[in-house]
Parts: sequence; C-alpha cells; structure tokens
Amino acid sequence: MYQNEPLIFEKSSPGRRCFIPPACDVPEKPITNLLPQKMLRKREIKLPEVSEIDVVRHFTRLSQKNFCVDTNFYPLGSCTMKYNPKINEDAARLEGFTKLHPYQPVEQCQGILELLYTLEQMLVTISGMKAFTLQPAAGAHGELTGMMIIRAYLDKQGEKRHKIIIPDSAHGTNPASAALCGYEVESIRSNPAGLIDVNKLKTAFDRNTAALMITNPNTLGLFEKDILEICKIAHDAGGLVYCDGANMNALLGITRPGDMGIDILHLNLHKTFSTPHGGGGPGAGPIGVTEKLKPFLPVPRIETGKKSTTEGVRQDTSVAGQGQKYYFLNYQHPDSIGRVRAFYGHIGIMIRTYTYLLSLGKEGICKVGKFSILNANYLRHKLIKYYDIPYGKTCMHEFVISAKKQRQQGASALDIAKRLLDYGFHAPTIYFPLIVEEALMIEPTETESLETLDAFADAMVQIATDIEQKPESVRNAPKTTPVGRPDEVKAAREPTLKWEH
Amino acid sequence: MDYIPNTEGDKEKMLQEMGVSSLESFLEDIPKTLRDITLKLPDGLSEPQVVKSLKHLSEKNTNTDQCLSFVGAGAYEHFIPSLVDHLSSRSEFYTCYTPYQPEVSQGTLQAIYEFQTLMCELTGMDVANASLYDGSTAFAEAALLSIRLKDKNKVVCSRAIHPEYRHVLRTYVKGLHTEIVEVDAPEGITGIHQLEKSIDSNTAAVLIQNPNFFGCVEDMEIISQIAHRHDALFIACVNPLSLAVLKPPGEYDADIAIGEAQMLGNYLNYGGPYLGFFTVKKDLLRKMPGRIAGETVDHRGRRCFVLTLQAREQHIRREKATSNICTNQALLALRTCIYLCTLGKKGLAELAMLNIQKSHYAYEKLCTLDIVEPAFIQPFFHEFVLKSKDILPIRKINEYLLKKGILGGFELAEFYPDLANSMLLCVTETKTKESIDRLIAALTNL
Repeated sequence: MYQNEPLIFEKSSPGRRCFIPPACDVPEKPITNLLPQKMLRKREIKLPEVSEIDVVRHFTRLSQKNFCVDTNFYPLGSCTMKYNPKINEDAARLEGFTKLHPYQPVEQCQGILELLYTLEQMLVTISGMKAFTLQPAAGAHGELTGMMIIRAYLDKQGEKRHKIIIPDSAHGTNPASAALCGYEVESIRSNPAGLIDVNKLKTAFDRNTAALMITNPNTLGLFEKDILEICKIAHDAGGLVYCDGANMNALLGITRPGDMGIDILHLNLHKTFSTPHGGGGPGAGPIGVTEKLKPFLPVPRIETGKKSTTEGVRQDTSVAGQGQKYYFLNYQHPDSIGRVRAFYGHIGIMIRTYTYLLSLGKEGICKVGKFSILNANYLRHKLIKYYDIPYGKTCMHEFVISAKKQRQQGASALDIAKRLLDYGFHAPTIYFPLIVEEALMIEPTETESLETLDAFADAMVQIATDIEQKPESVRNAPKTTPVGRPDEVKAAREPTLKWEH
Repeated sequence: MDYIPNTEGDKEKMLQEMGVSSLESFLEDIPKTLRDITLKLPDGLSEPQVVKSLKHLSEKNTNTDQCLSFVGAGAYEHFIPSLVDHLSSRSEFYTCYTPYQPEVSQGTLQAIYEFQTLMCELTGMDVANASLYDGSTAFAEAALLSIRLKDKNKVVCSRAIHPEYRHVLRTYVKGLHTEIVEVDAPEGITGIHQLEKSIDSNTAAVLIQNPNFFGCVEDMEIISQIAHRHDALFIACVNPLSLAVLKPPGEYDADIAIGEAQMLGNYLNYGGPYLGFFTVKKDLLRKMPGRIAGETVDHRGRRCFVLTLQAREQHIRREKATSNICTNQALLALRTCIYLCTLGKKGLAELAMLNIQKSHYAYEKLCTLDIVEPAFIQPFFHEFVLKSKDILPIRKINEYLLKKGILGGFELAEFYPDLANSMLLCVTETKTKESIDRLIAALTNL
C-alpha cells in the first residue's frame, strides 16, 4: 500500500506547525538576562516542520507496514505473543495512574501501592516463590538483579564463588547478565534428549560455582524432568538455582517453580502475563525469591501495616487514620543489593498485569498453561510428517523444528520464515536454540483458535511441498511485504544510523 | 474471562486428532508431586467489575491534575499533545514484537531510525541507540562502557547527579572492583578544584548531569576539558528538553551523552516506564549497548531499515556482549518521536523558553518572601533549590501547602543531610501565572 513512506524530515517545509505551545503569561525577559550566553546552544535544532495532518498520516502509514498480534498470528518461540487484552490498556491509561509523580507523598498514592502490593502477592501465589520485587525493567534486567542477589547472599555467607553454569540451550541474555555482574560463565552441553545432563552437572557444580541458571521448560519446549535432582545438586554444593521464567506460560496453573527448589525466578510480564511487547518494549521482569534471599531484594520494598522513615519520600503522618491499612515504600533493608533503577519499576506494565489477573481469576489462570500446551502439541502433531523435530515426543508450550532436510532440498530456515510472511503469518523464532541445526521455534500460545493453527499448519505444509518441487519460490520470499529482504551486510558495513541533510 | 478461544469441544477434537486420550499425557515429565497445587486466588471478574475495581484503585490516588504540583527531581509534568496518545495507541505499534523480521516491521524500524536522528539532533552527538530502560540505567551503562573501553577502574561523578542514578551505579558496579569517587557541589554546581584533584591516571570517566539535580547549569565546557586532559571520557547526563536552549553535549565535546527522555511525550506513570537514551561519538559506536536501527536497501534497491551492528548484542555475543539488554523501551521512543515531530523545530524551542520564563518568574517571586531564600545563586533551567529561613522547617511548609492542595518542592533532606531544610522546586509550562501566584500567596499568608 504505502511502499515508500518518506522520512518525516523529508516532509519538512519551513514554517509548517503542528502543536503550538500556549503563549507566555508571565512577564518575559530576554534569555541572556536569565542564562549566560556561553551556556546557550549555538547550532539550530533541525526538527521537522510539519503540519498536524502530516504527522498523523506519517505515523499511521508507518504503523500499516507492521505485522502485529492484532492483525497476524505470531508464533514466535519463547516470546509468548499472546493476545493483549484491550481492557488492560484502558486500565493503564486511567489518569489516577498516568498522572502520578513518583515523589508524591505516599498518602496520595495508596491506590497504586495497594495494586502493586497485591500484584506481588498474586505472583507469589502463582509461582510458589516467597517474595517478589516488581522493579526490574525487563527479563534481562531481572536476570541481572538475580545475579546481584546471588552474589550478595554468598558474600554474606562469607563465600567467594566466581562461576555461573548455564546450559548451551539458554537465551543469550543469561550469559550476558552473569558476565555483566562479574561472573565467569561455564556452558554445559545438553544431553542427547535435549535436557540438562545430570552427571555433567554434578561434576561441573563445584565449590566455585555460585549458581546454575536454567530455563524450564527449556528452549526446546521440554520440561526438565530431573528438576528436583538438579536443584538438589546445586544446593548440596552450597549454590543456588536461578530460573529464567521466559517460558513460564507452560507452567501457569499446573506447577510452580518455587516448589521445584528454584531460588530465584524472573517473570516476563510481557510474555506470560499478556502485556503488549510495544515493538520491543517496555516489558517488565519482576523477580521472586525464597525466604532466605528476601533480605537481599532491591529497595524500596512495598510494605503495609506499619510506618517507617523513607528515603526522599514525604509522609504526612496525620492523614492515615488509625488501624487503616496503609502502604508505604521501605528503604530500611540493610542487606539489600540497593537500587537497580530509579523509582519503582514499570508501573504501567504492572497495572496491565494486575488487570489481566483480575479478569482471569483462579480458573482462568489454571487454563492458560494447559491450553498453551494443547495448542503447541496440536501444531507439532500436524507438522511432524513434514519437518524434522529432533527432540522430545511431545512438548510443553513450544517446540523446535529443524529445517535440515529442507536445507538439503534448497531452502533454509530463514527462507521458510520469509515465505511465511507471504502467507500472513509472522515467522517463528529462527536459528535458536543454537543446538538445533536450521532451527524454527514455534510457540502458538493459548489465545489462538484451532482454525488459526490449522491455517498455519497448512501454510507450513505447503511450504515444505514447495521446497521439494521448486525451492526457488521459497528462496525468493517474501514477495508481498512492503519491502523485500534487506541487505543486512551493507547495513553493518556502511552504517547509516540517522538521517543527514 | 480468559481470552482462550478454543472450547472444551475444540479440545476434544484436537486430542482426538492427535490420538491422545487426555491433556494430562503431555504433562508426564513433570513430577507428580509438583503437580498437586491449589492456587489461592480470587475468582475471575467480568469486564464491568474489572473496570470498577481499577477505577476505584486509581481514584484512591491524588493525581497531578487534582493538586498543584511543583515536584520534578527527575520526573517531569508536561502537557502531552493528543496526537501522541492517538498515534502510539495504534495496535500495529504496541502489539508487535521487536523488529527482527524487517520486511513486516518497517513501521517500527523507521520510527526508531527517526528517533535516533532526533536524539542526535538534540544532543549534537554522532549516533544514538534505540533506547535503554531509563535515565538511571543509561547512566550506569555509560559508566560501564567507559570502564571497559579504558580498562581503568575508577569513575568520578558529581554529587549533584540524581541521587537515585548514583545509587543505581553503585549497585551495578558492586563486584566489578570499581571505585566511584563523588565530588561535592557546595554552591549548587560541581566543585571544579575538587573534581580536578579527584581525577587520576586510573580514571575511566567523569560523569556530570546538566542541568544537575539541583536544577543548576554546570560549566560543561571546562569540565570536559579537564576530563580529556586526564585521558578520561566525559559523560554528560542531560535533560533533552533543556537542549532546545542550552548548549548540547556535542558542542562541548562530550564522549557520551545519556539521560532520561520521559519529559518528551511520556506520562509520569508513578515512575515508569520511562525512556533512557544513549548517544555517543562515532568512534564509540561499536562499544554502545542496546539495539540500533540502520538504513539499507532491499534486493530491489528500495530504501529500508533493519536492526544492525548486532554483533555487539547478547543474542549473538552472549557473555561477551556490550550489555545484557534485550527488551528496551521502543514504544516510549515512538512516543518521543511523535512528540518531537508534533512540536517541531519552533514548538520545542518555544516550549523550552516557556519553562525558563515561568520558572524564573516563580523563582524571583519566591525569593522576595520572608520564609524562604535561594540555596544557590546559579543559572538554572526549570528547577531551583529554596531553603527555609529558619522560621519554619521545610517539612512544615510543605505540610501546610499540601492542605491547600499544593504539592511543594521535593525535600532534599533524605538525599542530602547537608541540605536539610531545603526543597527543589520545578516549574514547567503546565503552571499558569495564576497557579504560580497561588503558591506565592499561600506562602505569603503562612
């Protein structure tokens, strides 16, 4: 439709205006009376000069070049692209939430603090962990926070351990987070079944190992059936177990990481708890911990019942009546790792999550895991005759196929991904996990219907048939998208990262 | 309401097709003992009940439209044009994933590219990334970049940087054997002599906020020269709105310019989600954390955009990546992009000027009062510190104002014991002359 929407800068025309700020209603003074000349900007700012209709058409046209959950099935493995309920958006946009300053006195913020406190408790119940912090801004930020907690805990025990063990099937953020926290990373190879090799783990988990970082179900969509023994190995060696909760959707309402022996867990609210991905964020990565790790959680903690002095936050002690439930921010936790960000977290995302959990309730939450597993197994069943599925006999909420055979026939995982776009389906995650050759990782989520799954399976089968007969038709895909395959080598070799006039 | 389209009937049909008698057979790998759970959670609510419940919670809060707020301190109240909400609420923008499939993500990618261009234009820097979580984590990531690049383990930062940002930096470097030296700002701006004395051959970077936490404008040019003389990077943490008037980091040779861009089209949201931005000089490009969009062409030679230079990132480099960041703040970057285009060249300059005029009007009036006086005499943008003249403690003044429906300044006592009895006031364009006069009148009649 809009094949070539110019950059907004190219639409600029001198003198065009859109929003006009109100006139100044205080006596104006020349700027040089207020600020020294040498502190003022010399170079003019070249922002676009455009009219309101220009801005509206520009961004509306840009939006129309995107695939999104609201228009297309998005079976992106490990990303849990489930439907984002509209009511959640309405809730997060209430003015009593959006127009709240983080430094307002807590008396003026009792509603939001109650929501955050209750949400923490709900996540505790769902996950089986003992306490949650909502502060981490994303999954990777939760991982980093978790690594810091591990270090603080071990320091307190007088232990200096340097190593984190991570399976080779893990997300890239896992080793990156461990390294950012100053840990050495030891990767361990999965066993032939695609699971953690318990014997290898026993050997690797020594007195120098701070923790094992796992994902369960793992990125192959398989439940670590030896999870109880795995946790025991780590605990017996005096270490801890961190669980990347990226794949929590599979477990929702079925089982709880806290009961498995997991010490720290992060949840991706933008995956399991239906908040939108926003084209890459904001998400949120709250972390839950066991009782013994609670003192190390970042400050401030949201607490209720008693009053306390707070850091930089005013309290009007006369306002709250006696005996009334009262929420506040507590900074008095001497063992805390400290702050991991300014203020208190991605509040807008928390409101969406809370709304989602209110809508689902106990019964709804207990259906999520089961129906996501049902959908994944159904798709797996429909594809197994046409594609190699190297691991497992069934799967949890996702599965990984290998296009090894198709590659030999002349089209790669990338080609299949691109061809799916022509069918109106977003591509699965590709070339991940790294342990599967020509990997395509498929996660349908529970919010897709049988008909959608059938249509997707039909497209996949058609593509497999096409590859056998005329692979070039798949190699040349996509043909129907606003642009064809970009020259990524050119983009990296001659980086053009902004518009220059 | 569970948003699950498949019915029990569909489920049976699917199981039958798979030749499976029960869904439980997919759960066999989960030890039985782990499957015996009961969740103590409330029953699901209907949509009207959910709406009522959320409205009730939101109304327990007092929002900034219901009181007259002069609180800033890193989160700023500005008017948000209607276009920003309307356009960013298109679900093609907010329900899509990270643009890893560029053919069907050109909307997001082009908007990120435009955002990068706008941030470079404001800061005067060479390159910008697609965003980081917030100002505080951008601040910490900038310090980490300098430590990696220079292979030195000390950073020098001003005590006039947002206390929470410094706290985050301390949390981030624990365990990395990094020393953070803090330099006082006795007169509202960073003490130059102490700063110079604190820098040595082991210093990776000097970090300064401008306008600083007290609202004062620092002499960035001099500090930049000092940092560079000692072969340290100069990292500027800036308020991007102020750059419509103030000298941008590119004009004083900053190596890295970062900060918080919440004030450009994003709500206060009780502190998040906000928008960290990260810009650098060209030669630091490949050391930069986070995603970057770049221009290229497709196989038919048409201009298009992709995420590029991914060899820096965690999904390729794993433990050797420049940062662990994956999910960022794309939707807020889009909002800021729309906001800046909506204001345009003239609008942004006018808006920044309005902030300066109004804050200076308020400042001058407040300085004539008997109960408060300025804590510092320094040029400022839209925030300034007042201290109580010992007639009444600042806390009492604020409690009195609160009863009048006015949220006074941010009290500095908790962060700066040496500035007990002082408060930081912020006056943006959202305050009319009438509302500023209301503050003055309340304090006059105290």
